[in-house]
Amino acid sequence: MKKGSAAQALTALPPIAGPELLRRLQQSLPAHCIIDQRESLRPFECDGLTIYKELPLLAVLPETAEQVQQVLEICHQLSVPVVARGSGTGLCAGAMPHPEGVLLVLSKLDRILDIDPLARTARVECGVSNLSISAAAAQFGLYYGPDPSSQIACSIGGNVAENSGGVHCLKYGLTVHNVLGVELLTVSGERVTIGSQGLDSPGYDLLALLIGSEGLLGVVVEVTVRLLPSPELAQVVMAGFDSVSAAGDAVGAVIAAGIIPAGLEMMDALAIQAAEDFAAAGYPRDASALLLCEVDGTEAEVAADSARVAKLFRELGATSVISSANETERALLWKGRKCAFPAVGRLAPDYYCMDGTIPRSQVSYVLGEIARLSAVYGLRVANVFHAGDGNLHPLILFDASDAGQLHRAEQLGADILTLSVEVGGCITGEHGVGLEKLRQMSHQFSPAELLLLEDIKSAFDPQLNLNPGKGIPILKRCQEYRALPSYHQHD
Amino acid sequence: MPANRPAADCSEQLVAAVAEAASQGQPVYISAGGSKRHILGRNCDAAPLDVSAHSGIIDYQPSELVLTARAGTPLVEILETLHQQGQTLPCEPPLFGGRATLGGTLACNLSGPARPWGGSIRDLVLGLQLINGRAERLNFGGKVMKNVAGYDVSRLQAGAQGTLGVITQISLKVLPLPQRSLTLAFELNAQHALDVMHARAGKSGPLSAACWQEQRLYLRLQGADPAVEQAARDWGGQALEPELADKFWSSLRDMTEAFFSGPEPLWRFSVNPTAAAGLTGEHSIIDWCGAQRWLRGEHSLATLQQLARGAGGNVSLFAGGNRDGQVLPTPDPVIARLQLRLKQAFDPAGIFNPGRLYRHDTDALSQGTSQCT
Repeated sequence: MKKGSAAQALTALPPIAGPELLRRLQQSLPAHCIIDQRESLRPFECDGLTIYKELPLLAVLPETAEQVQQVLEICHQLSVPVVARGSGTGLCAGAMPHPEGVLLVLSKLDRILDIDPLARTARVECGVSNLSISAAAAQFGLYYGPDPSSQIACSIGGNVAENSGGVHCLKYGLTVHNVLGVELLTVSGERVTIGSQGLDSPGYDLLALLIGSEGLLGVVVEVTVRLLPSPELAQVVMAGFDSVSAAGDAVGAVIAAGIIPAGLEMMDALAIQAAEDFAAAGYPRDASALLLCEVDGTEAEVAADSARVAKLFRELGATSVISSANETERALLWKGRKCAFPAVGRLAPDYYCMDGTIPRSQVSYVLGEIARLSAVYGLRVANVFHAGDGNLHPLILFDASDAGQLHRAEQLGADILTLSVEVGGCITGEHGVGLEKLRQMSHQFSPAELLLLEDIKSAFDPQLNLNPGKGIPILKRCQEYRALPSYHQHD
Repeated sequence: MPANRPAADCSEQLVAAVAEAASQGQPVYISAGGSKRHILGRNCDAAPLDVSAHSGIIDYQPSELVLTARAGTPLVEILETLHQQGQTLPCEPPLFGGRATLGGTLACNLSGPARPWGGSIRDLVLGLQLINGRAERLNFGGKVMKNVAGYDVSRLQAGAQGTLGVITQISLKVLPLPQRSLTLAFELNAQHALDVMHARAGKSGPLSAACWQEQRLYLRLQGADPAVEQAARDWGGQALEPELADKFWSSLRDMTEAFFSGPEPLWRFSVNPTAAAGLTGEHSIIDWCGAQRWLRGEHSLATLQQLARGAGGNVSLFAGGNRDGQVLPTPDPVIARLQLRLKQAFDPAGIFNPGRLYRHDTDALSQGTSQCT
């Protein structure tokens, strides 16, 4: 996107009618649902990616879907940008506010509406946290599959927006595999049901299009998810290796043996040290790479599979192999991994989490290249890897108070994403494009492909008012587009 | 089974054919094996655009669990290659006598009895290449398990029946073949069978298919040996001979059972799996653990859709009946508008499979044009 044309766009569009907007929102929402004071807006200035910040014109926290509908109608009539936000745990600045727009905070829509144990579904409002769905379903021996590390806080609406995964998605799928339907509000506030209680619906698969669309196509207020029966048993096999390539080979061997683990995670030396300091999970501190492999199913199945996995790990040179003997040990082994981000976060004032996906066979090469880039930029990188599905999370350590370091961290991050695409992977596996990876979109997509994405956006949101400046670069409509200010455009 | 076709990259010819069709405003009907021409969608009498020569597996890495093939590749060829490596397509798509191709299977989003557990072909798609109505060759998704850059254009093709473009190449997630397979049969009426299906599916176990027909419930167990053996002991029923079981599930998958033969209209219900057995009655097939039900007979689409709607889903006229008329329920007006705008984004001249999904999509498209500019 050219800065010049974006700047022209800002002047070409009519100014936002701030007082009129506030007056009309006050007519529709209770006073405590509107925030328009700068100090009170500060907590909403960013999502989980804190290096990008912006204050919205105002924030609204509606309590019902009908109120959300009214907010959208008003914003549509006044052509005001709307940025939807769930719990704000996103990692791509997808929920960063628009300075001329309304931040639509959906966290108060947090009711679990219905759990149907027989059909194995749950119908919930968009602000319900991921983990609380499983908690509510547990009494029926059921749970919700996708489990992003932020699951204690992240909302199901945000999961839909990002197509969130987690550590169990090789076997149990992403959000797109576990959602049956949504209640969608269009940009103008029309309410429509997408999907059904069956396994498919006639016509175009709008559900697939909406999941992972980063709040650019509509606002989801209600989600029906599929629930899975809780496995009888789960067991984790942990193995240390003295090289990343040996651990990578072991991952390939497990898959080649016909085992689909419930979770298969890799951590490198720096991540192992940090996690062990933080969680004391009993990780081997001397290992260069660590694998955590979870198998689940019936007791007999788990016993057979975990024995096969442990044997494979030993044969492929594991320096240590430990299998969890009970639930407490299993939880402790996972604790280190699930706390890896905050644990690494203690090593430096700031960290920047990347999210490329690569073919599994490339992991050794890619981690070698990341180590080389880390030396070039003079910034440490810890690597956490969803090895089962090839989703790599390099955590770049830096100090944001040093402008030079922030700049180097962003450049190093961009180089890692380019590397991911070069080896046949992609720029984002589960965190989304948001504002952060907008520039890298042109590495992955041709101009014709980007134009089609833009046309899809226009099909849902002709005036481009939903989460403008995020997700997909807008190529052909700069003149009439309320883009983000130029300092967010990184080119 | 027909012999494998020679692998060939005909994408240049396909691009040229689409460019020609677009410039002439000449609609095309995309086909390959022709196995679904007279089912699922409406009749389309446009000039055929044959994709079948664009065939062959391009890349297959068993350790990555990813296969990439050209759209015209017959499914049987793909499955043969996968089985050699102990892998398969867990959605168990219909093969239709070997004629079904990868592209058509995705375009029609057809999955077999394993659907509730193995997912659909839509669930397996990782990325694809598509020729749009501007004759541009576009790539979306990729060859990796997770990819959230851009909208999910790949999965949008599932069930679009070729109305958004010519799919030329698809990358899929594949999975290991189950170690063991065993089918149990139970003499039960439809409602009782549904109750048993849901009780079994609600607990962790190796269930991979659950179908009721002619007063018999069939449960298929697949997975690791110990899990299958244990469930077989615990669940009772009569174990089918392996050959008989294979024949049962493959004829259900390929719709070659007697139930599906003859010209009588065939209706497909896609509904809440717990909907009462009375929805389609005792002369129907209940598959997908209750989520897919088949009914034969002369009925009105509107009447059946009212019933399906009450059961949380939809009905379609899958085969037979008037295939120049309406075969899908009338969509909600907002959804209809979004679908038309999407159609226009992919296929501005309206050349791909006109009328295949809806009777008046070309007329409606021209109205849509004035609405959305």
